[in-house]
Amino acid sequence: MNSIILKNIARFLVLVTLQVFLLNKINFLGYLNPYIYILFILLLPFETPGWLLLILGFVIGLIVDMFANTPGLNASATVFMAFMRPVIINLVGKKPDYDIGGQPNMRDMGFKWFFPYAFLLVLIHHFILNIIDVFSFRELWQTMLRVILSSIFTLVFIFLAQYMFSGKKERG
Amino acid sequence: MRNLIAFIIRYHFFLLFLLLEVFSFVLIANSTYYQRASILNTSNRITGAVYNAFDNVTDYLSLRKTNYILSEENARLRRATRLSFLTADTNSFFVNDTIYKLRYSYIAAKVIHNSVNKRNNYLMLNKGRKQGIDKDMAVITSNGIVGTVVSVSNDFCWVMSVLNKHTKISGRIKKNNQMGTIIWEGNDFNVGTLSDIPAHVKIAKGDTIVTSGYSHIFPAGILVGTILDFRVEQGDHFYVIPFRFSVDYNSLDYVYIVKNLLQEEEEKLENTMQDE
Repeated sequence: MNSIILKNIARFLVLVTLQVFLLNKINFLGYLNPYIYILFILLLPFETPGWLLLILGFVIGLIVDMFANTPGLNASATVFMAFMRPVIINLVGKKPDYDIGGQPNMRDMGFKWFFPYAFLLVLIHHFILNIIDVFSFRELWQTMLRVILSSIFTLVFIFLAQYMFSGKKERG
Repeated sequence: MRNLIAFIIRYHFFLLFLLLEVFSFVLIANSTYYQRASILNTSNRITGAVYNAFDNVTDYLSLRKTNYILSEENARLRRATRLSFLTADTNSFFVNDTIYKLRYSYIAAKVIHNSVNKRNNYLMLNKGRKQGIDKDMAVITSNGIVGTVVSVSNDFCWVMSVLNKHTKISGRIKKNNQMGTIIWEGNDFNVGTLSDIPAHVKIAKGDTIVTSGYSHIFPAGILVGTILDFRVEQGDHFYVIPFRFSVDYNSLDYVYIVKNLLQEEEEKLENTMQDE
């Protein structure tokens, strides 16, 4: 159990650092800003209580906000995403009861489960984030383009990370 | 009472969600561009220090280009000094000039954080209150406008970029002095929009747009960009003019912060007009 906590703390730090120093500086066509830090929320164990999910979402969002000078923006989107996580898990299919210690990642749940799970939550997060940032529906088409392009790149990063770090099969 | 507690326990997930969202929205609402200072001043110290450390490393990568830009500018300034003019009149004498009063002073600063890919973009510079930076100062480069200072801490400041929904700068077309408003519509970070130019005015592609100097923030006559295209929307009497920014906002490195020494006086005068 402890190793899970430590692993998550390490993941938190690595993802925030990556986000702030690398991904926030990526720029392509003027629309792209992938948000890989939400992988932290995606990969929290199934057993994480709801309140902790929300608070962790808020904290990681707010830290990213501080570095981007957008107080509350990432925080609100990530809290919403954390709120939707149980709903999406129900939608995509719960993990089987016999699989104790299984984590919501690709290694344990398989691509077929992980893809729709990650896809829906990333889309939700990016949509909320961009809608709040622009704060009007007048530029909806442009906002949607931003959402879709950024979502694709976030997903690419998430799957790259999943393939890279899912070599050995160990249960924590 | 017991019912209330039972209710809170039962719906704690949803209630906590509401609470955190409301809190986030309060942060967002309180921070729409001008009031960022109060919330961010404490976090500025930390994020500023981190960005600065990171920048110290990446600085070396752009030395060649920075040097080039600086030498270009040096050459241009040298051309403007008295030494490069031939004195035609041998009887010239020195006049202590009281007609000209120093109005703008310039402070060089380095960009330590920048973005161009959001709808509302901001930059962080490595100069702050200690160096005399204050809110509402203009930020320019050697070849164009960059933005306005919106929040200051002791050693750093945040600048609202031209690439921001809230930025509106007064500009004019250089050749005929027609005044309009410079905004950014959020598509391409190389292309801005000039609006409010009456449709009867004759303009052409390639015309230069400069700042008007009417806003108390930007000095007059600073290059903004060149006109790419123009059209009049149906039923409207004003042009919509897309133009190419003279600055590549994606590769900003060193900028100048412009201090308008007469800003207070100008604004005080303007406020007396509004009181009447």
